[in-house]
Amino acid sequence: MYKQLNQKAWFLVAPVVALVAFNAIIPLMTVVNFSVQETFGDNMFFWSGVTWFEQVLNSDRFHDALLRQILFTAIILLIEVPLGLIVALSMPRKGPWVSVCLVTMALPLLIPWNVVGAMWNIFALPEIGLMGKGLRSLGLDFNYTRQPMTAWFTVVLMDVWHWTSLVVLLCYAGLVSIPNDYYQAAKIDGASAWSVFRYIQLPKLKRVLTIAILLRFMDSFMIYTEVVVLTGGGPGNSTTFLSIDLVKMALGQFDLGPAAAMSLIYFLIILLLSWLFYTVMTRNEAQ
Amino acid sequence: MAKITLDNLRHSYMPNPQGPEDWALKEMSQALEDGGAYALLGPSGCGKTTLLNLISGLLRPTQGRILFDDADVSGMTPEQRNIAQVFQFPVIYDTMTVYDNLAFPLRNRGVPAGEVDKRVKEVGEMLDLGHMLKKRASGLTADGKQKISLGRGLVRSDVNVIMFDEPLTVIDPHLKWVLRSKLKELHHRIKRTMIYVTHDQTEALTFADRVVVMNNGEVVQVGTPVELFERPAHTFVGHFIGSPGMNVLPCSIDGGRVGFFGQAVATAGAIQAAEDNGRMELGVRPEFIRFDTSGIPVEIVKAADVGRFRIVETQHRDHRIKLLVPEGQPVPSGPAHVRFDPKHTHVYRDGWLVN
Amino acid sequence: MRKRSIIPAVYILFLMLPIYWLVTMSFKTTNEILGGFTPWPVNFTVDNYLKIFTDSTWYSGYINSLTFVIANTILSVVVALPAAYAFSRYRFLGDKHLFFWLLTNRMAPPAVFALPFLQLYSAVGLFDTPWAVALAHTLFNVPLAVWILEGFMSGVPKELDETAYVDGYPFWRFFLKIFIPTIAAGIGVACFFCFMFSWVELLLAKTLTSVAAKPIVATMTRTASTSGYELGLLAAAGTLTIVPGAFVIYFVRNYIAKGFALGRV
Repeated sequence: MYKQLNQKAWFLVAPVVALVAFNAIIPLMTVVNFSVQETFGDNMFFWSGVTWFEQVLNSDRFHDALLRQILFTAIILLIEVPLGLIVALSMPRKGPWVSVCLVTMALPLLIPWNVVGAMWNIFALPEIGLMGKGLRSLGLDFNYTRQPMTAWFTVVLMDVWHWTSLVVLLCYAGLVSIPNDYYQAAKIDGASAWSVFRYIQLPKLKRVLTIAILLRFMDSFMIYTEVVVLTGGGPGNSTTFLSIDLVKMALGQFDLGPAAAMSLIYFLIILLLSWLFYTVMTRNEAQ
Repeated sequence: MAKITLDNLRHSYMPNPQGPEDWALKEMSQALEDGGAYALLGPSGCGKTTLLNLISGLLRPTQGRILFDDADVSGMTPEQRNIAQVFQFPVIYDTMTVYDNLAFPLRNRGVPAGEVDKRVKEVGEMLDLGHMLKKRASGLTADGKQKISLGRGLVRSDVNVIMFDEPLTVIDPHLKWVLRSKLKELHHRIKRTMIYVTHDQTEALTFADRVVVMNNGEVVQVGTPVELFERPAHTFVGHFIGSPGMNVLPCSIDGGRVGFFGQAVATAGAIQAAEDNGRMELGVRPEFIRFDTSGIPVEIVKAADVGRFRIVETQHRDHRIKLLVPEGQPVPSGPAHVRFDPKHTHVYRDGWLVN
Repeated sequence: MRKRSIIPAVYILFLMLPIYWLVTMSFKTTNEILGGFTPWPVNFTVDNYLKIFTDSTWYSGYINSLTFVIANTILSVVVALPAAYAFSRYRFLGDKHLFFWLLTNRMAPPAVFALPFLQLYSAVGLFDTPWAVALAHTLFNVPLAVWILEGFMSGVPKELDETAYVDGYPFWRFFLKIFIPTIAAGIGVACFFCFMFSWVELLLAKTLTSVAAKPIVATMTRTASTSGYELGLLAAAGTLTIVPGAFVIYFVRNYIAKGFALGRV
């Protein structure tokens, strides 16, 4: 659509700019401020340059948290995107079941994140939780409060439970917007179910899949509440992801300098990776 | 290539159709000759797309059979029926090149690569797509895309019928004509059975050898463009085809003689006395009415100049009568008389042609 | 077709199991929960719910939560509406950069902002009021609302605006009387997402409140840690937090999927 040049439009965006600037710029300046100073309490600050950044970037603690974070995000993307796509593809397109599916599938998205954590906490409890008891009765040694592997398993399963529906809803929206003529033409051309998926559905879903992957990437990279409530980052530090580590450092230990430096690095990583994802996913469209 | 027979065909989208209004397609039987160019013509919602989808196999008929030659295909899928269809909105495979789009139906059927290449190039030439086979199909304009959808039907040498569902809807007006002549030319060249669905009479009359006119889910008339023009079987056909449409006027039948408000009117074919019941009407096209010194007295309401002739609207009592006056002939002013050409004046009972 | 519907059925079963367990727990007594594994409540009790509805530290949590969620939703959508209109209809200096900058705030981890927000809202005297949380949540909800609304607005032909201006409507009257009703569905979707993301967020809501404005989600975490293992009570409180969400989904079920698919990437 052709858009008219109109500088007065700034008046229309001014409230948003003011509100978001108040919330984003002032706190961000605070963080930048902390990140380059050292304090010994009593509001005494000293210039410390890039010391904190060096300290964070060289610390094993940050490396470990970052590695865990990347591993976690990679795993849940690899599970949630294909799973969401499969569920969306097999959902009915019309009839009374559509509403039932949409409402029940959207439900996990509307549950407060700490309730999600608490729910999985009691669901997975080894002796009295349905899942914990169920797995143990199958002869598996399952105890997510003690074993790092089962803790990871539970956290990943919880995230899949919590967020796959978002991918489903997005893909479903993309699928129902494909005109019926495409399927009819494919039938006439003798296309197999796989060809229909490969040459019609997948190309038409590219846009919504980009949105889905970007949203899931950003949100999983910022995950905090659910994991804190479920495992508290443990056992040990095995499920301490970046946000959890950051909050431990800032609110727990009041190491404001390193925490602030880490915040900025963290934010930049998300921005950089989102930009990379976006560029790669939309690269072909320009051609 | 096949002759298509529609045998007592009927379709409803409801599970339990009751009254006549529940049937999207009312019962019909029809034979479509092998290699013919047919058009299904009618207003929106007349059931023409339903009929098309029944023939292509995208719908299963509620009742009746469809035969391709002598084989009953009623229960077969579109793929088994071996047909091709061009849709209203161009359907192309975005991620493929033009070449791959055209090759797709052949590759799906396991045709050897050499044969695929030969057919694709041949069809590409036929459709003037030869120079852009390597291009991505998504980059083409609407008419190019529509040619690709047509080409996917043409590459298969054995298709029984090629169907068109309002294929020119999204094409620019000046290209419509080009594409239409291309279609006509292709039909002459390959002599494949083609069925063309449209609500545009120009498209139907220029493309088809025989036109099937439909209204309210039933077939009203099947005929050549000339037949539809000269002997409309139903007042609907008279209205719908022709511009302006046929004049339809009330009439009385008295002992086999046709009268229009006391004036005797000569008609094509004799009327039996026994046929004097129901709603009786006269139908005469504006092309077959002329001004005369005597006849039906009329007042002139208005005249519109449309180039080679003028459309003159006249009035007798409450009834409008339109007629065409060729360029150069005078239009009388004030009270005048008009006369109908007896050979082209028809009588209709309850809408249907008598005789 | 029959075979295919197994996949959504199994998926929904997987989604319902933890919820079933939460609801089941909420009807059990503490003794039954800790006593051993029972697949459904043996000693059915509604005591947990009674406690929540009679104890003001519990039910005021719900009121506080709903207060800031509703305040945030209204605030976010009201400021986002004119901005989304500007983005969908006009070019202006820095429009693309501004749009991108807004979206980057959606990528800001709340954990980064927790502490600076605490200082900021203490400094302006809003700490421990629902307003602090409502304002803080606009950080991610305003960009989201602008994004969704812009998508819907771009779907409305510009001729609508032009006709109205030709007919002599001043901008604000056109905007309120004609344009807003036209994109009512989009506003519904935007409200839904603002409600959702504000309702589910804990970190900022907990950081910015202490006693007076404590939201239900924070009440739950503190109960869990201080009074030991009152799992039944926790489950009942959790069950109740699902209810508003379920209501909202039901009303917008036909628009949920659409709202996400629109909007430009």
